[in-house]
Amino acid sequence: MGLLEVKGVGKRFGGLQALGNVNLSVQENSVHAIIGPNGAGKSTLLNCFVGKLIPDEGSVLFNGQSVLGRTPHEINQMGISRVFQTPEIFGDLDVMENMMIPCFAKRDGAFRMHAFEGVENEKELVEKAEQMLIDVNMIDKRHMNAASMSRGDKRRLEMAMCLVQDPKLLLLDEPTAGMARADTNNTIDLLKEINEKRDITMAIIEHDMHVVFSLAERITVLAQGTPLVEDTPENIKGHPKVQEAYLGEAH
Amino acid sequence: MLGLNKKDTRFLLIVIALTLLTPIILQPFPEGSSLAQFNAGYPDLMQRFAIFGIFAIGFNILFGLTGYLSFGHAAFLGVGSYTVVWMYKLLDYNVIWGLPLAIITSGLFALLIGFVSLRRSGIYFSILTLAFAQMSYNLAYSVLTPITNGETGLQVYTDDVQILMGANEPQSPHFFGIVMRENFWVADIGAWEFTFNNGYYFSAVIAILAFYLSLRIFRSPFGLMLRAIKTNQTRLNYTGLNARPYTLAAFVISGMYAGLAGGLLAAMDPLAGAERMQWTASGEVVLMTILGGLGTMMGPVLGAGFIKYFENIFSKINEQVLRQWFGFLPDGLEGAVVWVAEYFVGSGWHLTSGLLFMLVVIFLPGGLVEGGQKLAGLFKRGKSDEDIDDPEHQPKQSPHVAE
Repeated sequence: MGLLEVKGVGKRFGGLQALGNVNLSVQENSVHAIIGPNGAGKSTLLNCFVGKLIPDEGSVLFNGQSVLGRTPHEINQMGISRVFQTPEIFGDLDVMENMMIPCFAKRDGAFRMHAFEGVENEKELVEKAEQMLIDVNMIDKRHMNAASMSRGDKRRLEMAMCLVQDPKLLLLDEPTAGMARADTNNTIDLLKEINEKRDITMAIIEHDMHVVFSLAERITVLAQGTPLVEDTPENIKGHPKVQEAYLGEAH
Repeated sequence: MLGLNKKDTRFLLIVIALTLLTPIILQPFPEGSSLAQFNAGYPDLMQRFAIFGIFAIGFNILFGLTGYLSFGHAAFLGVGSYTVVWMYKLLDYNVIWGLPLAIITSGLFALLIGFVSLRRSGIYFSILTLAFAQMSYNLAYSVLTPITNGETGLQVYTDDVQILMGANEPQSPHFFGIVMRENFWVADIGAWEFTFNNGYYFSAVIAILAFYLSLRIFRSPFGLMLRAIKTNQTRLNYTGLNARPYTLAAFVISGMYAGLAGGLLAAMDPLAGAERMQWTASGEVVLMTILGGLGTMMGPVLGAGFIKYFENIFSKINEQVLRQWFGFLPDGLEGAVVWVAEYFVGSGWHLTSGLLFMLVVIFLPGGLVEGGQKLAGLFKRGKSDEDIDDPEHQPKQSPHVAE
């Protein structure tokens, strides 16, 4: 059984069938990409994994447990971290403070009234956060205000914030959307490095074929809310149905 | 020291020194001089500085850190006052019974209001708190008259039970015999007169404790979470943190600060009236916090002092005083100047404070604290460039919205 098991998921928005009978299995320690043309339901599907949306039918099992009906913070505590299309970071705080928050969340759970310990005195967590910043090459920016950084750095910080929690599953929603070629390649390298170093399971939603083919081990192609095929990148490239779906969009 | 780093310890020590020396610092002009009316070192006003300082420090924990703008904190102020006066009526005039209880009752009250109001954020949260506070005000004013004594206000009568009242006990609020309204020392040094008042020092010590507590909260993981809530709740949720209990805790803590401040008001003057819960009082603490510097440690205290100073000093200036000041001008001109200036003083002091508030918000969005930093920056630049951007006491400019 995969780490994430999606069975018969369907979601309707009024008259629009956004998702219909989606079956998907993300294997542990793999990089699984979900691709598809605009409006295929990729983001809707991802939102069903993290508790932002509740599917009308079907089940989503993570590590054998259902995620349906749980809130985003509960699902994160189960071991799923999410990277957003536009980096969601704590803009008013500095980089180190941004890193400390997921550390506390991981150690103390969804709420703890720790109003008297100083943040600086949490030596163990500070060390952990600093090590993570070294890993993503951001240690020299630790006192920088997060909002004032470049987009590429914000993305890097957001990933570091997710990774410092040692998630079992990392969900990436178009991690290179709106990035220049150079930044995209940097991100690909970073993701590859993470995957090699950390044996982490990743599910990526992506538009950019270059990114998908350089990272993914399995690819699910989504079209009009249903999976067309699920296969290895090599087989997907030459698959007639996939070409049809993408060419169909181009017409 | 005390669980603070070096810089914060130094900061705390400066605050303690300033607080303890307030009766001297606020009395810069000799008695009888024409500027003596700008002296603020008299007990009643100094007590207000300390008490409203506590109120604003607590409010800042909610508004400054989480960005949740409550328009109902005066309700907790009122609850605190009523609690303390009731303890006078039932037990005796020792404030030791009332003050802790004021913190507890206002905390419970805040838990109730916060639990409901925090289901919404932004403007809806503000409106909910406002609605609750106005409800409390109207209840206190009319429906709950048996408890609050309605529009007369709650006070101690000679036929109250006061079961703990001893034979020689003072007939006004005291702390184990230290009577609040008495001065322990009035120093006449040359032309200057300094008044050292029991009530002020009692409030000042509590204010210092309140300040210290808030400093610890600011530097704690809990404080970090509250700032994170203000910045990005989406990221917070997807980081595995539940914002609700954090905001509720902040709301209750600030409600307890307000209850303590209300209790202290009744400890200085054994009265409690419904008007203390009115929305204008809630608005005042919002102004204090913004004026002083939202989310900064010192800001709310400065803001509280600033507003209370203007309320008390500018409202005392009348036509006669103005004529004295502008007496050197030719007659016609004097009349005109006095006529214009009159709108800004006396009962028109709100006009002055409103204009000052506008100037501060427009030119110093970080409040008085930012102004102080800019001045300090000017002086420091000559010497060295380092340490001007001390991130601890000079938080990044925060957006002036209550998201």
